Amino acid sequence: MIAEFGHFALILALTCALLQSLLPLYGAHRNDGSYMRVAEPAALMQFAMVGLAFAALTHAFIVSDFSLKVVWANSHSAKPMIYKISGVWGNHEGSMLLWVLILALFGSCVAAFGTNLPRDLRARVLSVQGMVGVAFLLFIILTSNPFERLSPAPFEGRGLNPILQDPALAIHPPLLYMGYVGLSVAFSFAVAALLSGRVDAAWARWVRPWTLAAWMFLTAGIAMGSWWAYYELGWGGWWFWDPVENASFMPWLVATALLHSAIVVARRGALKIWTLLLSIIAFSLSLLGTFLVRSGVLTSVHSFASDPERGVFILLILCLFIGGSLALFAWRAPSLKAGGLFAPISRETSLVLNNLLLSTAAIAVLTGTLYPLVLEAVGGAKISVGPPYFNLTFGIIILPLLVLVPFGPMLSWKRADLYAASQRLLVAAILALIAIAFSWYAMYGGPVLAAFGIGIGVWLIGGAISELAWRAKVQDRDFKLAWLRLKGLPRSAFGTTLAHAGLGIAVLGIVGVTAWRAEVVAVMKPGDVQQVAGLSVKLMGEAPRTGPNYRDMVGTFEISETGGPVTNVVEATKRVYFPSRQPTSEVAILTYMSGDLYVVMGDEAKGGRTVRVYFNPLIPFIWLGTFIMFLGGLISLTDRRYRVGAPKRAAAKPVKA
Amino acid sequence: MRVLAAILLCVTLALPAWAVNPDEILKDPVLEARARALSTELRCLVCQNQSIDDSDAPLAKDLRILLRERLQAGDSDSQVISYLVDRYGEFILLKPYFGRHTLLLWLLPFVLLGVGIVIVVMGRRRSQRVAVQDGLSAEENERLKTLLD
Repeated sequence: MIAEFGHFALILALTCALLQSLLPLYGAHRNDGSYMRVAEPAALMQFAMVGLAFAALTHAFIVSDFSLKVVWANSHSAKPMIYKISGVWGNHEGSMLLWVLILALFGSCVAAFGTNLPRDLRARVLSVQGMVGVAFLLFIILTSNPFERLSPAPFEGRGLNPILQDPALAIHPPLLYMGYVGLSVAFSFAVAALLSGRVDAAWARWVRPWTLAAWMFLTAGIAMGSWWAYYELGWGGWWFWDPVENASFMPWLVATALLHSAIVVARRGALKIWTLLLSIIAFSLSLLGTFLVRSGVLTSVHSFASDPERGVFILLILCLFIGGSLALFAWRAPSLKAGGLFAPISRETSLVLNNLLLSTAAIAVLTGTLYPLVLEAVGGAKISVGPPYFNLTFGIIILPLLVLVPFGPMLSWKRADLYAASQRLLVAAILALIAIAFSWYAMYGGPVLAAFGIGIGVWLIGGAISELAWRAKVQDRDFKLAWLRLKGLPRSAFGTTLAHAGLGIAVLGIVGVTAWRAEVVAVMKPGDVQQVAGLSVKLMGEAPRTGPNYRDMVGTFEISETGGPVTNVVEATKRVYFPSRQPTSEVAILTYMSGDLYVVMGDEAKGGRTVRVYFNPLIPFIWLGTFIMFLGGLISLTDRRYRVGAPKRAAAKPVKA
Repeated sequence: MRVLAAILLCVTLALPAWAVNPDEILKDPVLEARARALSTELRCLVCQNQSIDDSDAPLAKDLRILLRERLQAGDSDSQVISYLVDRYGEFILLKPYFGRHTLLLWLLPFVLLGVGIVIVVMGRRRSQRVAVQDGLSAEENERLKTLLD
């Protein structure tokens, strides 16, 4: 009964979304307030209805109602409660429902917090949000109904893919979806602006917090996914250029560009048209990602279920929204007045360069991801495009950007003095050179480029801190005053510094693990010792152990610094899950300041067990860095000037139709 | 200091790296290093998106062994690659050949970067010609005020 109730709520949500997309748009066109006022209650109601449907599905998973097809196919009564709940979105139907839930959540947030937006802009934004909602609710109801019943109801479910039975599943998809779907708000703002023909500084300030929020969640979601892959997949990799990873990385790159270009619009009124285009592209890439993952065009751990009918449907949605918005863009954008002059050396130019390089990087990733599909579709050869391609092309494009990042915030708007900016970065440059010399010396014989990579990481961190120091005028040597100035800086300044420094820290991690990773693979018997990176790993013994829905073979290892006393005892596990008999390995990770020791139990081999021991230098910095970037976004979001309810002044202007 | 010590140790003691199974590893460290480098660029054909270096599928193991046999027989890196491409098709390469069929793949990002730069430069020229400086906007005035204060 509860499932039918959920199904019914879903259909009501579709009705709300339909009203939300049509009436306010008509109202904004006719400048009729009574129609426009439908937008907010409809958006809130849509969220409430999707929320009810989601609650109904969650209930079915919690009580293991195997009469629901989705529950039967993806759950099991012996599964721990947390995986029953996170299993709600560990499958195609449930994850699409989560997608729509978050979409409706963002829509209702605009309705609830966007009270300072001009009447017609808010109506149009909510209307576009409603259209996206209609499309995806239709998709769920017509092709992926999570409330489909089975008759007779089976006694037991088939269980969740073991790789997905991890606490990370509870967090990773919701975070990622908050990012993906959050970009829909920037998209709706862009389409609304194109419809009304007005883009100004105020518009950019309204878009910014939403983009920033989406960017933060996307950053956290991607980092989380990477960390999950690192500890779960069991070969120590952290980024695979997997098409599905790319699908989340491309919107991230474009959202990053958008964040920066929106600053130019907000502060200087330039780059308006480009910012609109980026807003459209960012969400289009999110849709493309959804299509790639959900249609089964790509095969990957992420595509739980794939079905050509669904693929065609999402492709239709994709064409409708991307094609429609781009057509609108082509039609209306030329009428927008470009503004804001700036000199070749200026903050604006640096941000244009940032946008150019980030977009090209996104294009490189897009090309590599889609090229094999397209080539095969047009009857060409079947080829693979993998990490070597991406490392090369993406690397070439992103490298100059990393070098240029510290210059940007040091340049003034309109016209800047490059020499003065370089002087402000002198300390950072010296630190970077020292870091290069040191890592060259310390890692003599290692990859030469790696030393430069470390230099770039230090350069980014040093540059970010220099910016803050320069803003506080530390160079005047009046430190008390500098401290007061520092406290008085807007929060967004700290946001910038944190985000850029976090990027530098992540670069250090990436370079470290890529260049200097150490591995030992050996057959070990109890008592055997392997040495890696100055650490000794001794296999103490193996023992079987039984969990709620799996059976483990646990290897116990003693870790010591070579020649020293035992400092840690860790367990690495070879695990087999019951219903599916699928094996996984639970790795042992011991984090040192200098990196991770990573121990994996392999298969039984002649004369013992294959054990892989890795030392991944600096790898925790990758996640530390991305977390700091996330924090930077968060602090920037609390900046008074960009807070959602902030620009009242601009909103108070009379609204012309 | 501990960090430095550990980094230093990790350099000095770093063994040639391998993710393969112990029984596959070649005795000659130079050959093995070449085998490792090559195997990160070859796709495990039955896997979703893994190189034969990462995969524990039986086919990946066979390919790793085959690769090492060719190296031991004295093949150069490019000979091994073309041997494998002849047998399994270009699909096995994670980094496709540069050729007519991959022209777009390799050049598109860089061509678009070039186009972007041209557009930016042209756009600047045009806006300089067209735009008329009409004093400071309200926002600029405000910024000027904050700067002067």
